[in-house]
Amino acid sequence: MIEFIEASVTASGIDGERTIIHPLTLRLREPRIALIGGNGSGKSTIARLCNGLVLPAQGRVLVSPPDSDLTLEPARDGAAVRRQVGFVFTNPAAQLVMPTALEDVALSLRRKTRDRGERDAAARAVLDRFGIADLAERSVHALSGGQQQLLALASVLAADPAILIADEPTTLLDLRNSRMISEVLCSLPQQLIVATHDLDLAARCDRVLVIDGGRVIRDSSSPGAGGQREVIEWYREQA
Amino acid sequence: MTRGLLRPLHLLPPGIKLLGLLAFGIATMVIPGWIPAIVALSIAAALALLSGLGLPRTLRIVLGFALVGAPLFVFQLWRDGVFTAIEIVADLLALILAASAVTASTTASEVLETLSRAARPLRHFGVSPERVALACSLAIRSIPLARTVAQETLQAARARGLERSPRAFAAPYAVRMIAHAQDTGAALHARGLGDD
Repeated sequence: MIEFIEASVTASGIDGERTIIHPLTLRLREPRIALIGGNGSGKSTIARLCNGLVLPAQGRVLVSPPDSDLTLEPARDGAAVRRQVGFVFTNPAAQLVMPTALEDVALSLRRKTRDRGERDAAARAVLDRFGIADLAERSVHALSGGQQQLLALASVLAADPAILIADEPTTLLDLRNSRMISEVLCSLPQQLIVATHDLDLAARCDRVLVIDGGRVIRDSSSPGAGGQREVIEWYREQA
Repeated sequence: MTRGLLRPLHLLPPGIKLLGLLAFGIATMVIPGWIPAIVALSIAAALALLSGLGLPRTLRIVLGFALVGAPLFVFQLWRDGVFTAIEIVADLLALILAASAVTASTTASEVLETLSRAARPLRHFGVSPERVALACSLAIRSIPLARTVAQETLQAARARGLERSPRAFAAPYAVRMIAHAQDTGAALHARGLGDD
């Protein structure tokens, strides 16, 4: 579970302080949660607050991995939070850091498996689980967008996080690949929090939050909201 | 097995190849005379062919070098005579071919592994060998990406009729590469690399 307690984010620019996220109080405990909203609405920032890529200016963010009575705070336990909370970015090209697919997955396994041979075997097993074992030796640059995103996901999940955050993971993909990535995301045992423009993906989640101007303006789980489908329909009409 | 028979250079440990290249380079530069230079060039050419580069790619490397090599040869011919010209140009080409042979027969990860092992003594001075290797692999990874971004930026400038303006290329190119570096930094951070 991830909990926001009056967490706000501000940015200082030439025109003074600007509020990106207004004080936000929220408990995210459903297995799959979608954050939808326009460009610049603040949904990426909320996603980044979950793993400490962005820290709150005021208030707190608490991360409690399931099956443990641990409560971590990104501002204090950065490294531990990053071990528990995986993060998938929009652009997989920026996220894949090693020359080949196998090496990129192996990089995530470094902490767990010190022996090079065992690590490569484990990395191959991860690629196999995602059906991309045949790409092991390929240069990450030569992969298609869909393959890159699948590999980025495999690399993040190889470290076995308890919670997965994804920031517009399907935005750069074609319809077939975005369906494939959605399918993989929704079949994971991890808790998933996904910021997305893909309303089909949002519809498959257990809870939908609409973000606008740095605030949560609709929440499918609040009384009287009517559920995910109604919230998505409402958002569609607003746009 | 056939691969080993056809490409013996692939089987050598990368450290030996890099050290061999270093020794070859020093020997080529230190031993004077045009005959040793020709011998070095023959050895390097043989290595290039053995490394799996093949004749066409080897010839392309030679042709690429000719752009610099030919004017250099003419200049040395005029200044110091034919033997010095042969020695200098043959030495340079030998080094390029030998280096190409090592590159063609070694994967990036082998080079990285070797680098990180070589950097291990630096631990005592607070340098993490794994970080050295990670930095090198990021650099290798960035080369094809920098080329793609350059092509896209050039096309964007051309689409707006600005292909002759260096600013219309340089400014957005720099901005995009820096943005990419920041994204990569965020991704490294999110993956917990550098935490330990």
